[in-house]
Amino acid sequence: MIKAEQHEPTLAERLRKATGTNVVECYQCGKCTAGCPMVRYMDLAPSQVMRLAQIGDAAALDRLLASTAIWSCAGCLTCTQRCPKKQDPAAIMDALREMSYRRGMVSAKQKKVLAFHRAFLKIVEQTGRMSEVPLTGLYKMTSGDLFSDVLLAPAMMLRGKLPMVPKAISGRKEVKRIFAACRKRGER
Amino acid sequence: MTAIGYYPGCSLHGTGRELDQSIRALSEVAGVELREIEDWNCCGATAAHNLSHALAVALPFRVLALAEEQGLKEVLAPCAACFSRLKGTAVRLARNADLASEMKELTGHDYRGGVTLLNIIEYVNRLLAGGLKDKLNKVLTGLKVAPYYGCLLARGEDIIVGDNPEQPTGMEAAIRATGAEPVAWNFAVECCGGGFSMSKTEAVVDLSCAILSDAEAAGAQAIVAGCPMCHSNLDMRQQTINAAGLGNHDLPILYLSELVGLAAGVDPKRLGLDRHFVDAMRVAPGRA
Amino acid sequence: MARVGVFICHCGENIGRTVDCPAVSAAAAKLPGVVVSLDYKYMCSDPGQQMIKQAIKEKNLTGVVVAACSPRMHEVTFRRAAAEAGLNPYLLEMANLREHCSWVHQDREAATAKAIDLVRVMVEKVKRNRRLYPIRVPVEPTALVIGGGIAGIQAALDIANGGKKVILVEKSPSLGGHMARLSETFPTLDCSQCILTPRMVEAASHPDITLMTYCEVEKVEGFVGNFEVTVRQKARFVDPAKCTGCGSCYQKCPAKKIPSEFDAGLGYRTAIYTPFPQAVPNKPVIDAEHCIMLTKGKCGACAKVCPRGAVDYKDQDKLVKVKVGAIVVATGYELWDHSAYGEYGGGGLKDVIDGFQFERLASASGPTGGQIRRPSDGAAPQTVVFIQCCGSRDEKTGKSYCSKICCMYIAKHAMLYKHKVHGGRAVIFYMDIRAAGKGYDEFVRRAIEQDGVEYVRGRVSRIYRRQDGKLIVRGADTLAGQPLTIEADMVVLADAIVPREGAESLAQMLGVAYDTSGFYSEAHPKLRPVETATAGVFLAGACQAPKDIPDAVAQASAAAAKVLGLFAKPELEREPVVAKVNQVTCVHCRACIEACPYRAIEDVDITDSRGNVIKTVARVNEGLCQGCGTCVAVCRSGSIDLEGFTDEQVFAEIETLE
Repeated sequence: MIKAEQHEPTLAERLRKATGTNVVECYQCGKCTAGCPMVRYMDLAPSQVMRLAQIGDAAALDRLLASTAIWSCAGCLTCTQRCPKKQDPAAIMDALREMSYRRGMVSAKQKKVLAFHRAFLKIVEQTGRMSEVPLTGLYKMTSGDLFSDVLLAPAMMLRGKLPMVPKAISGRKEVKRIFAACRKRGER
Repeated sequence: MTAIGYYPGCSLHGTGRELDQSIRALSEVAGVELREIEDWNCCGATAAHNLSHALAVALPFRVLALAEEQGLKEVLAPCAACFSRLKGTAVRLARNADLASEMKELTGHDYRGGVTLLNIIEYVNRLLAGGLKDKLNKVLTGLKVAPYYGCLLARGEDIIVGDNPEQPTGMEAAIRATGAEPVAWNFAVECCGGGFSMSKTEAVVDLSCAILSDAEAAGAQAIVAGCPMCHSNLDMRQQTINAAGLGNHDLPILYLSELVGLAAGVDPKRLGLDRHFVDAMRVAPGRA
Repeated sequence: MARVGVFICHCGENIGRTVDCPAVSAAAAKLPGVVVSLDYKYMCSDPGQQMIKQAIKEKNLTGVVVAACSPRMHEVTFRRAAAEAGLNPYLLEMANLREHCSWVHQDREAATAKAIDLVRVMVEKVKRNRRLYPIRVPVEPTALVIGGGIAGIQAALDIANGGKKVILVEKSPSLGGHMARLSETFPTLDCSQCILTPRMVEAASHPDITLMTYCEVEKVEGFVGNFEVTVRQKARFVDPAKCTGCGSCYQKCPAKKIPSEFDAGLGYRTAIYTPFPQAVPNKPVIDAEHCIMLTKGKCGACAKVCPRGAVDYKDQDKLVKVKVGAIVVATGYELWDHSAYGEYGGGGLKDVIDGFQFERLASASGPTGGQIRRPSDGAAPQTVVFIQCCGSRDEKTGKSYCSKICCMYIAKHAMLYKHKVHGGRAVIFYMDIRAAGKGYDEFVRRAIEQDGVEYVRGRVSRIYRRQDGKLIVRGADTLAGQPLTIEADMVVLADAIVPREGAESLAQMLGVAYDTSGFYSEAHPKLRPVETATAGVFLAGACQAPKDIPDAVAQASAAAAKVLGLFAKPELEREPVVAKVNQVTCVHCRACIEACPYRAIEDVDITDSRGNVIKTVARVNEGLCQGCGTCVAVCRSGSIDLEGFTDEQVFAEIETLE
């Protein structure tokens, strides 16, 4: 029997390991594209993301990681729910986002989306929980979107929905260590 | 008094405050003690799974481990997103022993799989079956509501079990028990825009507007939701939608626990109905 | 003195790659009783068989072992060769060096050693084999065809025209099957009933065909050439001998609002009814579940108006036993239930219909007189969306397979719609176009290029009815890389083709295998498409797999040819591998009779010359025995043995292995 040589895992193999989905099985029916609520904000339709993942060469990977598509995905799971081949395009999107972020390839057009996620996690890292006031403040500073929704803040406060002083949990050092350990991990 | 573990999640102290209030009030009426997990951390929500898979597992792992350590065999997570993260992680861990030991090393906690998660629908149905039904009065007779499950209370095969992901009916019994009438409408499982409220507001405006419009066209006088994200997008953002010229919406958005709370005779303010952006107090009996 | 010849086959590379055949041959030559041992590349080939025949004659062999593939492959081939050379075929055995050795092992040394063992085992057996002669059983030259659709009708006509008698059983009141419900057929757009009804009439009036409509097969006993089938004749409540088919009864029947099965629920029928005007036989039956007289004891209008007094409310089901020599199964198909797709409305959207419903709308004899009108309000739909692969090629919710005919009939539907609703818009969502038949691809291109049907490549994610009444179809155009939403008035779903309800229980009655989707299994997917693994039972039409009318007709004729081949001889030869009871030692414990799965053993009295019963023993019916050996295993007194696999032979095989 001829033994397979050790080779660099293909993108499809890496994605399968990360998500359990073997993109080779996708037969490009387009049902994910048809049902995606966010497709109008995407430069690649979800079925095209799956197609590029199948192609998997360097050029395809670049297109994927630099796309606006992966950052416009809402994770609504409609694609995964209805896929006739039992694929999980939502998980593929997740895996590509992580790759895109780690490699610093996030599309400039998605600055706000990335800023929001990062701000969210920063607050959690520091205190163990998310809190609207610091989150919004950090988000506005890092996204450059200073003025939207300013009128919402007083409305929220009036309704008692803006806790002013976020408490940090006792275990926040643990949480910080978790964040640090996760940072150290390699790409999936 | 029976007790159950409680994971409010970050939003229930902020934008989702009514959900926390109404759940607590309802539990009191039903005679269930909510034992909040001590020192719980954020589950990571959408941000974690978007940027780091390891973090997306590790943060819920800590929560589950704490619950187990504190002797809480069952945990209620009223926020649909938190529930999805916590239960999704629990299911993954049960299938993959390697992942569990990896997380043990990463977090310093040991979780052995001993916690069951409940979402808002499962919890309310359980309360009803456990005797709460007899304490309800059909005070909302004549109120037409559109039951809105959103994404995470309908989809995720291993996470949402026992209901039809395309045509769910989980909330129906509870709604009818209050006298309200669930209407047949088309957007029960359509996405509201999720976490894009600030970072892609236009998407939330478009998607949530479509939901409001269909509910109104179906004759609904209110939408009943089960997720603070959905609630915020439909309630807090309703004025944004109107301001964008996309309609003249005036539809109160209620949590399932608020609706049932009204039928249980709880004071509307105690349920948090006075905190909504779109006036929800008018749904309370005697206040139309 | 035993004179055994051993012939080792390389089977090309199949055996030769793993087993050292020359070495096996050399080892076999040394076995006691072996007088010739040869190896060759392809024993089953002509020169290979010649080699064996020559050796039999020249060396005066008393037994032959062919060490090659599985006996299931070539035992028949080699035994025939032996018989041609003058050696009783049952003195030839095969040692399986392929499926039992070279195909399951990789170590050449170990495999070769095992091969030598296998050969030795069979040599020891064959030395103890006895000459056996085939058992002859009479063949009843009557065929039973189950199913009166186009395949069943074709098979019945071909067998009858071949000079043999046919009993054609159909469970609905009329012949015709699904083909009678179609409006036009692809690729010619021939009127379906126009080409079908002449065949129906021919089958009904053929002197050698006995038509049994409104009947179902209840029980099947026996074996090839000698089946005994119990058929339930359902109560018609109308005497067909008296009825003239005048139709006065159903015109007067007050129970008018029963959804018509023939019209796919889009139209109604009465309780006393013929399924469609061209029914054959054109005699009504009464639907006992909905007849006011039969359920409530009131009415009786049909009996009053019948000029011939043909209505009989006291009618009962009858069980009829028929003797047949062969059975052709032509039970057809039905459409998968798309209510499993919650995203398409879960079956609750009235204007989302299936292929048969569209056929009934398009049919001149249908509920709308051939006009395309949507079910909810009877309006003519201005935009119709057709969705292919609904439930097919969907491992998650539906069936994994392709249903073969939908690409063609959807193209046809769209064309008919465009012809009938001028200015209407037809959009077809597809994944692929499977149009491989004669003139088929051209047919689809005509739909696109001449009739203006729009083809969009992509599946549909969701269909819902917007509050203003429009059906919103959310699809995708994968070739353009974007979603496509259509506001439609009606949607036609090409639901997957599945076997008919009841197919599984019928298969169990017949002892026929079926696959995980319920389609009946052919004996060999390539070379034996109309036979089953059960001798005497043949397949025709869509019960075997989704197919269109030309393929169903071809398969039906093929099945008929097999039946006629079976009936060509007055007697069938059966393998003599049957059990035999030693009546001297049999103690009549009846364990064998209870254990036999084929009910092939009976009690028999042994009498003296005056007719007094001396003892009762068991006796094997050689016509029914399948040679399974169960009786041999349970016999306490060791009084049963299996010809061709006697205890002596089998123990010799075992004992020669260390």
